[in-house]
Amino acid sequence: MKKALILSAALMAGIVTGGVTKADTYVIDTKGAHASINFNIKHLGYSNLRGRFDKFEGEFTFDEANPEASSVLVTIDTSSVNSNHAERDNHLRSADFLNVSEYPTATFKSTKVTVNGDGQGVITGDLTLNGVTRSIDIVASHVGGGQDPWGGHRQGFTGTTTIALADYGIDFNLGPASKEVELTLEVEGIKQ
Amino acid sequence: MALKNTKDQYGSVAKWMHWISALTIIGLFALGLWMRSLSYYDPWYKDGPDLHRSIGVVLAVLILARLVWRWMNPQPHDPAHARWERVVASWTHGLFYVLLFALFIAGFLISTADGRSMDVFGLFSIPSVIKQAGLEKTAGEIHEILAFTVIGLAVFHVIGALKHHVIDKDRTLLRMLPERKK
Repeated sequence: MKKALILSAALMAGIVTGGVTKADTYVIDTKGAHASINFNIKHLGYSNLRGRFDKFEGEFTFDEANPEASSVLVTIDTSSVNSNHAERDNHLRSADFLNVSEYPTATFKSTKVTVNGDGQGVITGDLTLNGVTRSIDIVASHVGGGQDPWGGHRQGFTGTTTIALADYGIDFNLGPASKEVELTLEVEGIKQ
Repeated sequence: MALKNTKDQYGSVAKWMHWISALTIIGLFALGLWMRSLSYYDPWYKDGPDLHRSIGVVLAVLILARLVWRWMNPQPHDPAHARWERVVASWTHGLFYVLLFALFIAGFLISTADGRSMDVFGLFSIPSVIKQAGLEKTAGEIHEILAFTVIGLAVFHVIGALKHHVIDKDRTLLRMLPERKK
């Protein structure tokens, strides 16, 4: 009886997910540094200042046959901000910007994936930064994927979004040209 | 007035170095607090930290010179002081040197953690010694704590001097001032 129940439950589960091939889980290859979270902000409106977060981790699910079922979760160590200038990075960590002592992590958790075809799509999700959670759209594209030379399987994506600093409670005035930050995520995952 | 200390009184070199470093330490503390409160478009946003670093390096050299001068000179003793007063005073003075050098090192590490050198008044620069990602964060926290501790110790030092001047009515404070012409 018990066995039959388990069997039918397993069958039911098979029906529910049936017709959909199994989405694989990929861990973002931060260990091998085939991933980066980069930001770009205008300096005075005269140039682009680029930086990145050195420490983060995450994983995503991806099914090539049904990419809209994909999901992604990324956790960023905000104190790892690196703009290649130690004093500026300390300022970025302070309460004027990332407030890392109070909010040491930022997260992105996808809620919906829309595919426009040709490997392009939009990942909608909640970005939590400086303690504020807001829904953002990341314009993403599938860069490539397949076997790697070392017996594993990888998939890679690139995504871009723009956020307004004020939306996340960051109101230090950097000037009228520097109210928005462009975030670029380069992600390569290893199939588990 | 004699340049060097005698066993009864401080010489002019020790007195001048004392008062110049006192003013510089207070000035650097105020500048440090103020420069961090400036807005990005403030004309002092860049010059404030540049001055703070440059003056800090000069102060480090001055404090080192004081230490050398201290070793080269006798330490005047006032027989009117109780034994516990001498012990507390000598610990206070020693702690000043320890805290200040730790403060200088922490400050230097903030600015040079990314491998940049530290510029001094645009005249010369001191190369980075330790390049380590994220070092500036710890160094910055330590620098801030030490700065407040030094100012706290200075308040204690001033209270001690005033106690001698007002309550004990001895010459402890007066002997640090320039000698009056007879």
